[in-house]
Amino acid sequence: MSITLTEAAANHIHSFLKNRGSGLGIRLGVRTSGCSGMAYVLEFADSIDENDQVFEGHGVKVLVDAKSLLYLDGTELDYTREGLNEGFKFNNPNVKDACGCGESFTI
Amino acid sequence: MALLQLSEPGQSSAPHQRKLSAGIDLGTTNSLVASVRSGKAETLADSEGRHLLPSVVRYIGPSIAVGYQAKAESVRDPLNTIVSVKRLLGRSVTELKTLGSRPPYRFSGENRAVPRIHTVMGDFSPVEISAEILKSLGQRATRTLGGELDGVVITVPAYFDDAQRQATKDAARLAGLKVLRLLNEPTAAAVAYGLDADSDGVHAIYDLGGGTFDISILRLRRGVFEVMATGGDSALGGDDIDRVLAEWIMGQAGISDDVDHTLRRRLLRDACAAKEALTEQTSCPIELDLGDGKCWKGTLDRSQFNALVDPIIRKTLIPCRRALRDAGIGVQEIDNIVLVGGSTRVPRVRELVGEFFGSHPLVDIDPDRVVAIGAAIQADILVGNKPGEEMLLLDVNPLSLGIETMGGLVEKVIPRNTTIPVARAQEFTTFKDGQTAMAIHVLQGERELVRDCRSLARFELRDIPPMVAGAARIRVTFAVDADGLLSVEAREESTGIRASVEIKPSYGLSDGEIESMLRDSIDHAAEDMESRRLREQQVEAQRVIEALQAALRDDGDELLDPAERESIETGLAELKALSVGDDHRKIKAGVQALEERCAFYVERRMNASVRKAMSGHKVEEFD
Repeated sequence: MSITLTEAAANHIHSFLKNRGSGLGIRLGVRTSGCSGMAYVLEFADSIDENDQVFEGHGVKVLVDAKSLLYLDGTELDYTREGLNEGFKFNNPNVKDACGCGESFTI
Repeated sequence: MALLQLSEPGQSSAPHQRKLSAGIDLGTTNSLVASVRSGKAETLADSEGRHLLPSVVRYIGPSIAVGYQAKAESVRDPLNTIVSVKRLLGRSVTELKTLGSRPPYRFSGENRAVPRIHTVMGDFSPVEISAEILKSLGQRATRTLGGELDGVVITVPAYFDDAQRQATKDAARLAGLKVLRLLNEPTAAAVAYGLDADSDGVHAIYDLGGGTFDISILRLRRGVFEVMATGGDSALGGDDIDRVLAEWIMGQAGISDDVDHTLRRRLLRDACAAKEALTEQTSCPIELDLGDGKCWKGTLDRSQFNALVDPIIRKTLIPCRRALRDAGIGVQEIDNIVLVGGSTRVPRVRELVGEFFGSHPLVDIDPDRVVAIGAAIQADILVGNKPGEEMLLLDVNPLSLGIETMGGLVEKVIPRNTTIPVARAQEFTTFKDGQTAMAIHVLQGERELVRDCRSLARFELRDIPPMVAGAARIRVTFAVDADGLLSVEAREESTGIRASVEIKPSYGLSDGEIESMLRDSIDHAAEDMESRRLREQQVEAQRVIEALQAALRDDGDELLDPAERESIETGLAELKALSVGDDHRKIKAGVQALEERCAFYVERRMNASVRKAMSGHKVEEFD
């Protein structure tokens, strides 16, 4: 089981955490909703829950709950730029199909 | 694959429900757009990495250029290139004529309320031109955020009046943007620094831009920002620093005053470069190509620079002092000073402002971007990305709003500095018997008489059922929405008939005028009170005269003998003569005298009407 971060993602998370002034890392997850079944959760994390697994990459703590991990195993979180738009991108090997916008997906 | 942003814990939105918002600083010289992403508010750059968008629109035909491309042609094609359109927004043609320097455009439709600028592509109003700038910023945000905007917050100067605010809103609508609200520029700057997080405090916002200077004193009370005072100079800014430096270089290099246009332009450019260099360095070499193969070399150090610009910076402290006085507070009561505008990068500005206020100004956020950043933070909250944040930033209306009553007096319905949004109603009545219409004249200002206040709108309430004077009940409701825009409704209570008006951008005030209107109201307070008393007595005299005349017409012949009638007519004429005079005490005495003189007549009339009512009835019926 593993979750990784690219250096670009880690740098941006560091800067966002610094700007926010608190938080011990970020939380990745999935939940059911959206037009293709599942949607990603990407949030600041203030506390570690009982069934969280903690990964670390480039000095950033990444929390994932046990259930979400089944769907996220092997995911690399990247930060990229597409034209003027920039943001985080999940490179998730488990995804079979995604909706046009990519905000939700099926396994 | 859509790119995602970090959310607060537990607030990841469902797919396709992310709300996108932006804050827009629509400036006189430059504009900016900012947005909150992953919890951080940042200004957005164009595809070449530039954050500022020059507020310049050029009508080329068939296309329209906005920003740097338009600015580059402003000298070559001045008539089709519109700069500083913000100065024209919400003003009428007549008002533009009274502005000190008239913009060099061809205005069409000379005396229409809204000026239109003639270009090769046709005539455009300031609202339409501003809309082009907003459209360009909106597109930048849409492309950067990867989706359509759900709403924007646009900033306006604190002294903008209803007409100018409405014009800004209209421009946004034309640009296809949904305005969540308009926010005062100084308030936005305070929000960017998180000053709204405390519940109370007094803050000074010092905004020195390229061509304008504004100082605002804000008081935050129970989470509500109130504008205590504003002031400034609409022709003072970084451009003046450049001009002084250019003159110094000319003196040093022995260049005469009548230099040609190209050299002057180059001088100003070099002066500006030297000013910027001296922000970081303590001295700066200057090389000037004099054109004919000759070259002048010199050095400007920080202390020389400071000596040159000190008079300009000290000039900004005069409005600061005045604003403090208007706000009725001392320097020591200011909790924070926020610096806004590119010119506040000059270290000497920071020094002198810090000295004046006796504490270090806040400078951490880029002064060019701080207003847009504050607007973005506000937009993020208003669009609903931060549920749980109860904060709804409130503003106040800068001048009192009221209506005209008999005698040219102003009845204030919403006093100045009332927290908005607000709705207030007041009841008015008819002045004459059988009056079936009422003109509602909406005014803004602090003075007592209509002629000293600013007219915002007029409308009429018709079809009031005929009644005796004073019997009709007309409820006039003033509502100011969160953007400071006013709507007025008049409603006759017995029939429910109504008429209303929304204030449209056909009138406007210059920036100094609000300030002077406020000052005038203080300077003329005593005199205004006298005029008010005089008008009130005149109205009262008029009312008595009309009632008496009506009575005489009705039953004068029946109840009075010729001598009595003549005595009353004489008294009537005396009061008429008195009421055009300017002594309210004499008029009051005259009204009393006439009432005494007519007392017997009033008594006879009452007896007559009682007789009439009782005739044909038995006494027992009245028990």
